[in-house]
Amino acid sequence: MIPETLKNSLKARIAAAITAREAAVDVMKELQAHYGWLTDEAVEEAALLLGLSPLQVEELATFYEMIYRRPVGKKVIHVCDSISCWCAGCDGIIQHLKDRLGVGLGGTTADGMFTLIPCCCMGMCGDSPAMSVGGTPYGKLTPELVDRILEKERRQG
Amino acid sequence: MELPLFRHNRPDRPVTFEEYREEGGFEALRKALSGMSPAEVQQAVIDSGLRGRGGAGFPTGKKWSFVPRELPGPRWLICNCDEMEPGTYKDRVLLEHNPYSLIEGMTLACYALGVRHAFVFIRKGYEKAAENLGRGIAQAKKAGLLGEKILGSEHSIDLDLHLSAGRYICGEETALINALEGRRPNPRQKPPFPAVKGLWGGPTVVNNVETLANIPAIIANGPGWFKGLALNPEGAGSKLFSVSGSVAHRVCVELPMGTPLGEIIDGPCGGMLGGRTFKACIPGGASTQFLTAEHLKLPMDFDTVAKAGSRLGSGGIIVFDQGHCLVEATLNLITFFARESCGWCTPCREGLPFVKEILQRIEAGRGEEADLGILREHIRYLNYSFCALAPGAMAPLEGLLRDFEDEVREHIVKKRCPLKA
Repeated sequence: MIPETLKNSLKARIAAAITAREAAVDVMKELQAHYGWLTDEAVEEAALLLGLSPLQVEELATFYEMIYRRPVGKKVIHVCDSISCWCAGCDGIIQHLKDRLGVGLGGTTADGMFTLIPCCCMGMCGDSPAMSVGGTPYGKLTPELVDRILEKERRQG
Repeated sequence: MELPLFRHNRPDRPVTFEEYREEGGFEALRKALSGMSPAEVQQAVIDSGLRGRGGAGFPTGKKWSFVPRELPGPRWLICNCDEMEPGTYKDRVLLEHNPYSLIEGMTLACYALGVRHAFVFIRKGYEKAAENLGRGIAQAKKAGLLGEKILGSEHSIDLDLHLSAGRYICGEETALINALEGRRPNPRQKPPFPAVKGLWGGPTVVNNVETLANIPAIIANGPGWFKGLALNPEGAGSKLFSVSGSVAHRVCVELPMGTPLGEIIDGPCGGMLGGRTFKACIPGGASTQFLTAEHLKLPMDFDTVAKAGSRLGSGGIIVFDQGHCLVEATLNLITFFARESCGWCTPCREGLPFVKEILQRIEAGRGEEADLGILREHIRYLNYSFCALAPGAMAPLEGLLRDFEDEVREHIVKKRCPLKA
């Protein structure tokens, strides 16, 4: 169950939309921020708020890269593996992340802090290789810089 | 001559609303509202030769002219800021420095098209751009440049942001319309084209960020001035080039349309990275064919690049050096497209993973001579897909087989990647 305040702010967002379902992505994002991922319960709640069936929410939820239908760590690492980052050596960076975190792609660290997911071009090609951690973008990655970022992000919790 | 898009930019921060206005910002809007009819604004855009900067290069004024004037009911303008074409980051740089040219350009476009309500569709990860736009919209509203009765006129225009959640196909205009409506963003059947039946069934124009940001300068200085910015008669205006790969400085620059490829690399990019040698580049984002060393003098404008067998696309230039294996580079591109396929139609959903598998085999030294024919066949088959994603994906593959067949064959004959130790 989501708190009443969140429910009311979502209702207000939906009321401001031209049609209710136009707000679907915003609603899914908010519910995901609340639960940590888009739980089955969240899908039901979103459907109720938006006047859609749970299946209609599901077909949206499974479409978007940044909506998680499975539990993820506290911070999701999206590491770019598109062409500009490939030129800049992202293969080595991804391997380094796997080694440091002790997980494969799609995996979550034992302490539940990080989930590692490859992603498509982040529009940071000028600063490649690039990744984002919990929504914060980082570029010009080196293995040393990755270590420092992981330490900082872990410390900040 | 001063180029329109980056001229307000500050090196280390976004330009402020006050600075933009002091430098002539929103004067084009004033000029249009006080002395030009919507049809005159549209004609100026047609005469300027402005073409869509998102990748397709379709003439903007012509696209606008497809909107039926007399259809009742609301009509819509959407700015496409779903910039997810690998190698392309120009719209992000533009908006992180200056959201006002886009806001003014959209307001002018709304005036020309008779649109009351417009949207900016922004990809995930462009939060800073969205924040700038949000602030800019609030400032423009407060100053009477947006919202109810703009500048005391009879025209009211609202501008809203839609923040997406990440998926390449949302940049395809009919998929984008579905996404904005809160539907699963599979592309729609065309026709009807969005200009006739788009968002919520109403006439809809979808234009790229850079395209719309050019409109104020066209209205302020006239279409002839804009056309004259290009270095060659085929081009018009300026172009943002976002460069990545093996260059010394990976920068996003605004240059006159028609600037030769080699001058972009040797000028603002400072030449090749660490003395490496140029092998090829992809000139306009992931879905364009390779240009090679023989094209370094090629003027970069839509028609000239098309004549050379590629596309100017988004102007996202990805530079490869002699150390790069282009089979592996193409495999990377196809992997991207295979993952981003929405799965709606069979050629794209099934064809891309199949092509990817063959390239993987060739790169791993397990390719066969017959694979070349199979790949060529699939370039043809994938053109039967529902939208432009799969044909776009085939562009670099087609380029690979056209320009670097020897390199592909070397993988097959030597049973290994010749560029790997």
